[in-house]
Amino acid sequence: MEKLTDLNTQAAVAMLRKGEITSMELTQASLDQIERVEPVIHAFITLTAEQALIQAAAADIQLQTARKNGTNPVASMLGIPIVVKDVLCLKGVRCTCGSRILDNFIAPYTASAVQKLLDAGVVVLGKTNTDEFAMGSSTENSGYGSSHNPWNVNHVPGGSSGGSAAAVSARYTSLGLGTDTGGSIRQPASFCGLTGLKVTYGRISRYGLVAYGSSLDTVGALARNAGDIALAFNLMAGYDPLDATSSRQPVDEINLGLPFELKGLKIGIPKEYFITGVQEEVNQAVRTAIALLESMGARIHEVSLPHTAEALPVYYLIAPAEASANLARFDGVRFGPRATDDNMAAMYKKTRGTGFGTEVKRRIMLGTYALSAGYYDAYYGQAQKVRTLIKRDFEAAFESVDLIAAPVAPSTAFRFGEHINDPLAMYLEDVFTLPANLAGIPGLTFPVGFDQNKLPIGIQLMGAPFSEGLLLKTCHAYQQITNFHLQKPTLADHP
Amino acid sequence: MPLTPDVVRKIADLARLELNEVEIELYCGQLSAILDYAARLQAIDTTGIPPTSSVLPPVSILREDVPTKFMAREDILKIAPRTEKGHYRVPPILD
Repeated sequence: MEKLTDLNTQAAVAMLRKGEITSMELTQASLDQIERVEPVIHAFITLTAEQALIQAAAADIQLQTARKNGTNPVASMLGIPIVVKDVLCLKGVRCTCGSRILDNFIAPYTASAVQKLLDAGVVVLGKTNTDEFAMGSSTENSGYGSSHNPWNVNHVPGGSSGGSAAAVSARYTSLGLGTDTGGSIRQPASFCGLTGLKVTYGRISRYGLVAYGSSLDTVGALARNAGDIALAFNLMAGYDPLDATSSRQPVDEINLGLPFELKGLKIGIPKEYFITGVQEEVNQAVRTAIALLESMGARIHEVSLPHTAEALPVYYLIAPAEASANLARFDGVRFGPRATDDNMAAMYKKTRGTGFGTEVKRRIMLGTYALSAGYYDAYYGQAQKVRTLIKRDFEAAFESVDLIAAPVAPSTAFRFGEHINDPLAMYLEDVFTLPANLAGIPGLTFPVGFDQNKLPIGIQLMGAPFSEGLLLKTCHAYQQITNFHLQKPTLADHP
Repeated sequence: MPLTPDVVRKIADLARLELNEVEIELYCGQLSAILDYAARLQAIDTTGIPPTSSVLPPVSILREDVPTKFMAREDILKIAPRTEKGHYRVPPILD
């Protein structure tokens, strides 16, 4: 039999229902794997092993009852262990956002996306590492130490959802929740050889997600195949009265079991994403994958997204501007530590000066500058106008093609410390993922190869708003005839 | 155009961040580099282009004003650094 930790979510759901395995066995297998591998991976900020076993035991009782009565349990993910990025609140559990300023913050409520999965019966193994307040591309900005890439522990797992990516890649679990504001699901998924979905802005509720860039933030999932992502998406997507920016557009349930033909699907190749400076192996693997999609019936067209190069400066003005406002709430009054009680001004400044890490302070400074009197029009105002042009580029492209295919990042997972002293070089990591956030469109990444160091290479597909179904169907079709998504790091394969 | 230490200090003050001299020097250089890079946006012609502050259609979301029970007060006060008689306790605003 396949090892329990190698099971994907859908397979585990089926086996749990048939009584071939129990949630206790599955959860214990996860905890054993964590015990073995976590010392070198460090995917977690907070492990909730005890609660997980209690949830698993409860799930087993429900599963048993359902079997005895000859009915399937109603909850569609009953007994499945998952991990949650530590920027999403789970009631009663510490939520640090990777920041020392929230070191002792116990969430008083649960994020809607997490609640929907809890309602579907999941078992939460713990809260995973992230760059502080999701600001980063490597987890090196976490206040709790970096996570390591299971494919090579000397390399970063990507970020900011690097903890969830490392956990799914290292076979702690088959499903991880992440968030994507500028590529924070897609880039770590790509670096760790996973499938990762950034949804249309507003498709999944942000209630209970600690805000970073409110007009860009999205909640999504990382897994090892399209089917598991579809399962989680179907549960999490939809309108939430607690999030005024969540979309009222009805959710088309994604069913990958239905026949789907790539024949006639028009895929656009944006020339601005195939540029010098991209690792040649990445370029090659992405082009090979596109050729395979073409051989399966897709029609390939060159398209142009002329304002691609502007996405980086636009993002690094808009996101920090929004962050500087969102992070004003961390002031030493309502939560977190308070550095001094001397007077109000000192309390604010000392608490924030000592509680935030270098990158967070850098972005707050940048955002405050971009919004300050005298600079607002030139920086923030102009960035918002160019954002309109970037969005229009995509709208024009999607008039002639159904999907756009591109690399996820300029390189495979880089080494620790490579960009740490040069913030601009680190920001360039996000050059291919930022545009989708600025335009509010969905993006999906999945593995399409390895470089010579056996580090995973991902491709990114982007679609028009609410095209998550088409993205996942295309990925599923690709995964039916390839096995990149089935490869696993040797480190995850302890006896 | 490089930022001067005084500008960085002013921004830090606006952002309510206490920075030490090492940080001020670091951010002078780094923020200048990032802003120089961002200056390329000035070259884009945005005449007549409206700003995008959200990708959502600009619709006001309304709902019935129905009172509901708020989450437990003690759970919220428990995570505050200082409380007194069911309130947040803060230092004096005026010296």
